[in-house]
Amino acid sequence: MRFVDEYRNEAETQAFVRAIHRRVTRPWTLMEICGGQTHTFVKSGIDRMLPDSLTLVHGPGCPVCVTPLEQIDRAIAIARRPEVVFTSFGDMMRVPGSSTDLLSVKAQGGDVRMVYSPLDAVRLAQKHPARQVVFFAVGFETTAPANGMAVWQAAKLGLENFSILCSHVLVPPAMEALLGAPDNLVQGFLAAGHVCTVMGYEEYVPLAAKHRVPIVVTGFEPLDLVQGVHMAIAALEEGRVGVENQYTRAVTREGNRPAQKLLGEVFEVCDRAWRGMGVIPASGYRLRSEFARFDAERRFDVGGIEARESPLCIAGEILKGLKKPHDCAAFGSRCTPEHPLGAPMVSSEGACAAYYQYGGKG
Amino acid sequence: MCLGVPGKVMAVTENEIGIPMGTVSFGGITKEVCLAFVPTARAGDWVVVHVGFAISAIGESEAQEVFAILEQMGQLGELETPDP
Repeated sequence: MRFVDEYRNEAETQAFVRAIHRRVTRPWTLMEICGGQTHTFVKSGIDRMLPDSLTLVHGPGCPVCVTPLEQIDRAIAIARRPEVVFTSFGDMMRVPGSSTDLLSVKAQGGDVRMVYSPLDAVRLAQKHPARQVVFFAVGFETTAPANGMAVWQAAKLGLENFSILCSHVLVPPAMEALLGAPDNLVQGFLAAGHVCTVMGYEEYVPLAAKHRVPIVVTGFEPLDLVQGVHMAIAALEEGRVGVENQYTRAVTREGNRPAQKLLGEVFEVCDRAWRGMGVIPASGYRLRSEFARFDAERRFDVGGIEARESPLCIAGEILKGLKKPHDCAAFGSRCTPEHPLGAPMVSSEGACAAYYQYGGKG
Repeated sequence: MCLGVPGKVMAVTENEIGIPMGTVSFGGITKEVCLAFVPTARAGDWVVVHVGFAISAIGESEAQEVFAILEQMGQLGELETPDP
């Protein structure tokens, strides 16, 4: 089922789909990193218009999906504390922890609030000096400058009652982990457009050279996606490796310098556990020691929490591009968006939820 | 999650610690947006906004086209987030 029957530039998009069909001479496997791109591929039906010999696998670029279960449990433990106002983007509210989710904590009387921006959480802290306001800081490089700026402003304002539960992850180390794995199937990448709006694409150049792959920085509209696929396929067919930029209207090689400067001031790179992928070296941000007093994990002593994943869920293999949602025995039966066993079914940007809603290509 | 929504800067101010802020209109919905990462933005300019922060400048016609497609794809839900 195609959910969107018409979209802007459909004729041009179709022309690129035909061009891709003409260009492909052998089987290729491409991964789009970003969950937003996965969503658009599946919702627009483009994945089903592409040649059968071209396999699209869906990467780990959904922050909701890769946030470890333990971290969800820590969020829930903090949100249950009577002195806490727990704030989060809407996406994280329904993610099940080991026993409950943030929305249920709210229903049971916890002060859990959805915010549009991390600065909304800072304002809440200013407004309620007697309460502890905690923000669930998830996201990739696109979101990290915003969350970092919230901490930076809280420091400037001298706020003692603001902290973040920091779960930031970085894209290039995850790509490195995928490409370096012995069972890797991915031959080319569509890199995430807005991550590169912030970071530029310099750091992808050595990655592409080392692993001999094309990496195409790609936007989010259907036309962007087919153009990105076309560029990646052309590179593969011609045996070219390296980084190309489809999303020139929003991405420059050097990225957003003021945002990068703020990131460097507030965060430092650390090892981080990814749900389904395990610990990836140097793949996340934590607060620098100058800002460590804003770290909710220190403030609320939730470090000892451990959690166990459902043995049925194959989220890890899906996030690595080794399997598709249809390959999971629980998909659509024991695991649905209403009763998700794993995070890719929870977030609308998760591959499993997208396939469940719109019927992705098996 | 990494959604960027284009909007028009209606007015530019500074917050209490001197950070540039803008009132940005997204098809009629207005939000206070931090302009620290696009400090050159002025009233009348268009910017791409992610979780309340401008992350890049964008041309007007392109901005309107992108906004239309996001609307069509049903990806503007976060703008409806009520004040906490």
